[in-house]
Order: sequence, then C-alpha cells, then structure tokens
Amino acid sequence: MRRGRYPFIIGFLAAPVILYVTFVVLPYVEAFYVAMTDWRGLSPDYNFVGLDNFAALLDNERFWKALRHHGVLLLVMPLVTIFIALVFSFLLNVGGSTKPGQMAGIRGSGFYRVVFFFPQMLAIVVIGVIFGRVFAPIDSGLINGALNGLGLGPVLFMADPDLALWSIIAVLVWQGVGFYVVLFSAGMASIPRDIYEAALIDGANKFTLFFKVTLPLLWDTIQVAWVYLGIAAFDAFAIVQVLAVADGGPDGATTVIGLEIYQQAFRDSYFGKASALGVVLFFLTLTFAALTLRVTRREAVEL
Amino acid sequence: MSTTVSDPKTRTSSTASHRHRQEKLRSEVRGFSILAHIGLAVWAIAIIGPLLWTVLAAFKTNTEIFIESPFALPKSWSFDAFGRAWEDAHIGRYFLNSVFVVACSTFGTMLLGSMAAYVLARYEFFGNRIIYYLFVSGLAFPVFLALVPLYLTLQNMGLLNTYLGLILVYIAYSLPFTVFFLAAFFKTLPNAVAEAAMIDGASHTRLFFSIMLPMARPGLISITIFNIIGQWNQYILPVTLLQGEDADKKWVLTQGIAQISTAAGYEADWAALFGALTLSVLPMILVYGLFQRHIQQGLTAGAVK
Repeated sequence: MRRGRYPFIIGFLAAPVILYVTFVVLPYVEAFYVAMTDWRGLSPDYNFVGLDNFAALLDNERFWKALRHHGVLLLVMPLVTIFIALVFSFLLNVGGSTKPGQMAGIRGSGFYRVVFFFPQMLAIVVIGVIFGRVFAPIDSGLINGALNGLGLGPVLFMADPDLALWSIIAVLVWQGVGFYVVLFSAGMASIPRDIYEAALIDGANKFTLFFKVTLPLLWDTIQVAWVYLGIAAFDAFAIVQVLAVADGGPDGATTVIGLEIYQQAFRDSYFGKASALGVVLFFLTLTFAALTLRVTRREAVEL
Repeated sequence: MSTTVSDPKTRTSSTASHRHRQEKLRSEVRGFSILAHIGLAVWAIAIIGPLLWTVLAAFKTNTEIFIESPFALPKSWSFDAFGRAWEDAHIGRYFLNSVFVVACSTFGTMLLGSMAAYVLARYEFFGNRIIYYLFVSGLAFPVFLALVPLYLTLQNMGLLNTYLGLILVYIAYSLPFTVFFLAAFFKTLPNAVAEAAMIDGASHTRLFFSIMLPMARPGLISITIFNIIGQWNQYILPVTLLQGEDADKKWVLTQGIAQISTAAGYEADWAALFGALTLSVLPMILVYGLFQRHIQQGLTAGAVK
C-alpha cells in the first residue's frame, strides 16, 4: 500500500477540507470576533467594543422573550413528541395479539407508519404555510371553519399571544411524531421477541410490557431522540418566520433567537449584535447537549 | 429484567377462576385494541386532513374557500389555480431552481463527502484524527452562529446571490454529517478485497471508485436520500444567501412558497396559494410512495447507533 499514497490522500482531502474550512470553520471562528464589534455591515469601518453587545442583550426584551420560548419549546416539544411516538410505536409493534408466539403489531400498522412519517418529507416552510391556512381566524381556516359549523369559535390561534407559541409547538409535534415512530420501531424490532413472550407467559399485561420491557430496553434510542428534539427546539426559525404573524409576533410572543439573529443582521444591519446572539445560541446548544448526556447517562440494560 | 413472576400454584389452582380470568383478559384486550385503533386513526386523520384539504382548496374559487364548509368538495374541478401558481406565481421556476441546486449540491456532497470519509476511515497518516474531528465538530454548531460571517465571505468572493455560492455552501454544511456517517460505514468494509485489488495493481483512486464505492452502496443510498431531503427543505441558507438584485428569479421552492403565502394576502388569490402548495406536496407524495422504505431508513440513519 505504498504507491502514491500521500499524493492520493492529499488529492482526496484537499477539495472537501478547503470547502469546509472556507464556508464552515472560518465563519464560525469569525462570528466570535464579529460579536465583539459594532459593525453595521454597510460601512467597512467598525470598532472593537468588547462584551458590549452581550451586555446590551441583558436589556433586550425580545431576547429574553426568545429565551423563554426556547425554554418552553425545550420542555414541551420533546416530551409530547416522544410520549406520543412511544405509545404509537408500541401499539404498532407489540400492540396486537397477546397470544404467546404471536407477538405482532396492531392491524394496519404498516399503513399508519407510512402516513405518520410522511410530514418528514415536507419542508417546514410548506408545512408552515399550510398551517397558516389551517389556523386562519376566519371561516376560510380549516379548524375555524369546522368550529363555525358547530356554532363555536373563532379561535385566534396565531393572533392570540397566549395561544400562538402553543400552536407552533403543535405543528412541530404534528410533523415530528412520525419520524420518532419509525425510529422507536426500529429500536423495538431489535428487542428479542423471547423477552416479550416470557413476560406474557408470566402474566404481564400491556402496561407492564410497556413500562418494564420496552421502555428500559429502548432507553438509548429515547436519549438520541431527546438530543435531536432538543437541538430542534433551539432552531424553530423557519416555522416562526412563516407561520407567526408580524415577525415572531404578536408582540414578540413567538420569537426565537434564530429569528432575532436574522432580523438584526439582515433587516437592521447590526452585524455585531446578531453575531453576539449567535454566540449565545451556540453556548445554549452546547450546554444542553452536555447536560443531556450527563443526566440521561443511566445504566443501560444489557441484553 | 424485573417482570413479575406469578406463582405456578395459583396459575393452575382452579380451572373455573382460570377461565374467568381468561375471559376478563380477553375483554380487556378487546377494549385496549379499540382504544388503540381510535388513537391511531385520529392521528392519521390529523395528518391526512390538512393535506387533503389543501389539495381540494386548490380547485375551489375564493367564494367557495370563504363561504362553504371547509370539507365541501369543489363545485367544479378547475385546474386554473395550478396554471396561475405555475406561471404567475412562478412556482414552476422555483421548483426547477430547487431541482437544479439540490441535484448539483447533493452530487457534490456525496462525491467530496465519500472521498474525505474514505481516506479518513481507511488510511493512517499524520493529522488524520484532527481533520476527522474538525469535520465532526461541525455537527455541534448552530448554523445561525455563522450566518453573518458566511454572508460576508460570499460577498467578498462575489458569490452572493449566485447558484454556485449556494451550492458550495450546501455542500460545506452537509459535509460534517456525511463524513461522520460514511467514515463509520467505510470502516466496516472488509480489507481482503482492497488488498487483493492492490496486489492486482489497482491504483488507490481506482480502488476507491471501482471497488470501495460500489461496496458502500447501502450507506451511500441512505445518506444521499438524507442529503436530498435536507437540502430540498433548506430555508435559512437560501434566504440569507440569495438576496439582492433579481434574487427572486433565483429563489428555491421554499423561498417561493413563503413569498406566495405573503402575496396571496394582498392579491386575495387563495386558490393559487393552495395550488402552489399542492404542486410542492404532490411530488413528495409520489417520491415517498416509490421509495418509502429507503427514505425512512435514510432519514433515521443517523439516529440509530
């Protein structure tokens, strides 16, 4: 394995590494520097201002709102999504016949799995626009039209500041559940049938099966799901920009850090402030990932 | 494992109570499965409902959309709205732009990603680990952090508001996951075939393209699907990088849809909006119908360790 080894290695690595360093690594590094300047983007002049941009964030009401929204997203979205996905994947994989030797999913499980997963195929923008119409306050909205038929409503999903963020969370859960159903199903398929059958023979019912067999053996996969959903909870830019009224409104009731960065940078040309927000977002994401890995590192059940 | 083990004595003690228990169990199971079916059906309707409603509304007139019940069928099946969405709202152009950008960027991602992953997985050399971790650490950074410097970088290179710029950026941001996943995959390939090929006089490059790549097919398919769908649905990058003069001609589908959604409010042409949405959903249904299994595997590939 000697011939032309180094020319080959360099030849194969040069293009990807140059591309990656230029467009990914350097911008990330530069962001930490730009965050400490008062750069307005339009003029090439800027001053080094140290941590002023970060100090200014403390008085920025929209920043605190965005932080609180990430907190809510982080708590609610993963919990609800994982809960629903776990119940569904349990039903689809072991919810059927309880006779020993016939462990099976519920009838029609293939169909459900295909339907549930489909929203993953759609851009979050497309989903946002669809739900913009579904949530429309007037009779043209799917839900309010139906409510009106029953003599109820209208519910102002996106215009009511107390409801708007929850409506967005509902859409994210709507889209996400199917992915985790498929993910958990794959995890459940790797749990040996014998274990379920042994438990059934011992008189375990469905609930015991779920809590004592499925859940502990699926812990690793659930942890992965938690990390994925947590990282998604720090994004939510596209859905908020498309679905929320008036840029993260009403009155900042749905804004997220990603949206604030975009607005500060490309609407107001506050490049420094936008980058400072980016740095905060980075440390939040990193803290979350580190904490999750620590807290959830629990004794996995070895088979 | 701590499942309750029932005492064998109580299990066989009395046949009567045994039969009673079995009946009770059976009715419990039936109740359970009815509940389960209801839950699953409700969710399936919640998924299909809005999508079906969107498709139906594309055939309706504005009056029908506003006055009639949302579940009413359109009075006449007119395809006008699709025409307006395709021509006037330029959904056709946005769609083709997306196809072009994603075709180029996914091809580039797979080519460069597999080359880097292969070398990092199967060759030992100084700096190997450093480069590998450089790629993988990209997974931990939110793209929003890089947004401003990325914009400036492209501006300085004259690549702002160009397809080339967008494609290169898509490739660069897809590399961390692609390299991470494919490097793990290349590691699992057997050495024997590679050694035999080298003895037969194959060059390193030939070995890669005609032996290792074909052997890595399953992994390549998964990660290609993952990248196609991820890049097709990308929003923050095109919104940031395709702005400026005549940018709206270059927009990708997600930008176009967001724009049409805003415009539909002013022009009160809701049917065209639903037409545009339908045109962006239908191809996905078609592709999903054809490659459903591959797609599920591809998208969940990264999460299964």
